[in-house]
Amino acid sequence: MVTFWFALVVLCWVLFFVLEGFDFGVGLLAVFLGRDDHERSAAIRTVGPFWDGNEVWLVAAIGVTFAAFPDWYAALLSGLYLPLVALLLLLAIRGVALEFRGKSDGVRWRRGCDAALAASSAGIALLWGAVLAVLVRGLALGPAGEVTGTGLSRTLGPLLSPAAAAGAAAGLAVAVLLGAAFLALRTTGPLRRRARRVCVATAALLGAGLVAAAAVTGSAGPLVAALPCAGVALLARDRREGAAFTVAALAVAGAVVAVFTVHGDVVLRSTLNPAWSLTLADAAATGSTLRLLTVAGVLILPGVLVYQGFSYWVFRRRVASERVPS
Amino acid sequence: MDVLDLTRLQFAVVTIYHYLFVPLSISLAATAAGLELAWLRTGADKYRQLTRFVGALLIVTFAVGVVTGLVQEFQFGLGWSNFARFYGDVFGPTLAIEGMLAFFLEATFLALWYFGWDRLPRAAHAATIVVVAVGTVLSAFIILAANSFMQNPVAYALDPATGRARLTSLTALLTNEVNLAAFPHTMAGAAMAGGALLLAIGAWRARSAAKSAAGDGAAFGTLARLGAWLTFLGGALTALTGDYLGKVITGVQPMKMAAAEALYATTAGAPFSVFALGGGGDGRPFFSIEVPYLLSVLAKGSPGATVAGIDDLQAQYVAQYGPGSYIPMVPVAFWTFRLMIGIGMLAAGLAAAYLWTGRRGRTPHRLLVRALPVLPLLPAAANTFGWLFTETARQPWLAFGITTVADGLSPGLTRAEVLASLLGFTAVYGVLAVVWLRLVRRLARKPLDPAPAPACAERDTPEPAPVY
Repeated sequence: MVTFWFALVVLCWVLFFVLEGFDFGVGLLAVFLGRDDHERSAAIRTVGPFWDGNEVWLVAAIGVTFAAFPDWYAALLSGLYLPLVALLLLLAIRGVALEFRGKSDGVRWRRGCDAALAASSAGIALLWGAVLAVLVRGLALGPAGEVTGTGLSRTLGPLLSPAAAAGAAAGLAVAVLLGAAFLALRTTGPLRRRARRVCVATAALLGAGLVAAAAVTGSAGPLVAALPCAGVALLARDRREGAAFTVAALAVAGAVVAVFTVHGDVVLRSTLNPAWSLTLADAAATGSTLRLLTVAGVLILPGVLVYQGFSYWVFRRRVASERVPS
Repeated sequence: MDVLDLTRLQFAVVTIYHYLFVPLSISLAATAAGLELAWLRTGADKYRQLTRFVGALLIVTFAVGVVTGLVQEFQFGLGWSNFARFYGDVFGPTLAIEGMLAFFLEATFLALWYFGWDRLPRAAHAATIVVVAVGTVLSAFIILAANSFMQNPVAYALDPATGRARLTSLTALLTNEVNLAAFPHTMAGAAMAGGALLLAIGAWRARSAAKSAAGDGAAFGTLARLGAWLTFLGGALTALTGDYLGKVITGVQPMKMAAAEALYATTAGAPFSVFALGGGGDGRPFFSIEVPYLLSVLAKGSPGATVAGIDDLQAQYVAQYGPGSYIPMVPVAFWTFRLMIGIGMLAAGLAAAYLWTGRRGRTPHRLLVRALPVLPLLPAAANTFGWLFTETARQPWLAFGITTVADGLSPGLTRAEVLASLLGFTAVYGVLAVVWLRLVRRLARKPLDPAPAPACAERDTPEPAPVY
């Protein structure tokens, strides 16, 4: 039962990072790939109907963690207090910039929203990358399951490490890769060409970075991760955007699973004392709550997947990047 | 201020701010659904135009509600991790089920509705906004169950092995008697919030359309009357449900109602004090205007009933829970309670006056029209005072009778962190408020949608990109 709910939490995170990953990428790329107001609108329109539903996977991930693993929820959120507050504020700015963009006339208004959207999307991608890197390393958890320390550095300190910087860079690259692949898949004309080029270049760059990381650390993991990057680059070059996006999404999914399962049943590692680490069994809610949740989850989540799939099907047509005469 | 007070202040700031947008979203979604169903039934184009008009307001309001709601879900872990550890088993499932059940529905179907005008058949399109409206109501019900648990903990048992609370029945958690009373009260308050906004915009637009002989005056007149009815009926329902909720609360949290009345001594046939001035250190009133027997009627339903006073309750709680003060801030409770009722009734009264003076096509009184800009603020203020009362008069308890607010705080949290996050929230939320207000003003001035363009029926042609 505990393993089933852990798998479900990881599934929510996977869906969040894959689906919102391309949202963040599109938000970031729209200003750079869209040459004029019209093209930028077209680029943003590709995620318009989806981003909000995608973001709910974060709500689901956090909610399910709270319900099924209350101690994990408590330690994770209080242990990453400042980074998560920053993420929430950036997510707020991004969501509002997306929704407010088309609600007022004037190119200046839209340009302001575009800038806010790009800056917040980039910030979110960087921060999530850094946070995931910090999670792999572990936090300075004390015996009470709380991060020890004083002042701002208590929960901000871990983010100022080389590993976190590498994670941030990877987060940004992954968002750009997914965003470019999605844009290439969902647009036509010049926008599609430019997105394809960015996709090829990012995949090549990310792959080279991973090979370099493998050489420096001597581990095989990054080398394995470099393979799908090469695949994405080749597929995108051949204009097989659907396949390129699928491979990129699967690779990101694999990476997220790896981050959450790297320490086995330890969900939050303590860097101070291994005995203070939090395991799945420590963190899990009682059996009766889990059983009750299982009934709710089994009834609800498949339905969610069906109607989210339906919405992707309704808006399946490509968005034209040229002005289409009406 | 120490870490505890700062964290409490932060919780209050982000929660109150979130709740400015939630009631608007609930009632605007229901209104848009109602208008679209009216269009489907009658085919009158003004209903389609108004649906789109209300829909634009809904989208921008919903967006702010969503992004601030996300913060709410994180808050219990960020600042109150001990609470999350202790009650996660009981409290977590409500948040998880709200996310899985209601939030997904709202987010996905609102997007389907907004972008699907020429992509879905008419009836299916109308169905999507109905789903959104149902989702917002479901959301409210489940979240109010989580809050009701803190007012009146039910459906849990303390686990002797772990020393933590354990959920015994989800049904009992959702059908907490406080929730069953608070939910209709909250819904009625939400109807007022959206109604007042639509009344203000509709009446103002109808009047300027009459001046400039623009063609959309009739449609806006309909919107204004709809808003006025929502505000007036919402007000009547808030009063009825509030009366019932007061009686339930008197049963489960007698200290809260005693504080609301500043009633220190246990009294039979207790009067209701409309206005009071407190003095001295203990906040006891030295002057008050009282309506005889009314409090006993409000609290227990009979003029001669005995209402417990603060002093006796304090003595009782000390005997029950150990030494300490169990008295909330009495002046805050007293005044937020009165402001909630007074301001809410004022809003309902203005709406009633609008309906009365504007009956059978007459022009509503010009003083009323001049008061319109402040009208939407009234239900928002009443809702806020209501929540301030509910939450502050529960102090010092976090979950009534079991755990105090101080016990729930994240143990490692530092003052610098909370100050930094409080500043961050204040700054970003402040900017959001300004931008939202500007947008609503601009949307309120937009002309109604012209006649519908023919839907493009060709399949698999690229979709032209309108401004998003």
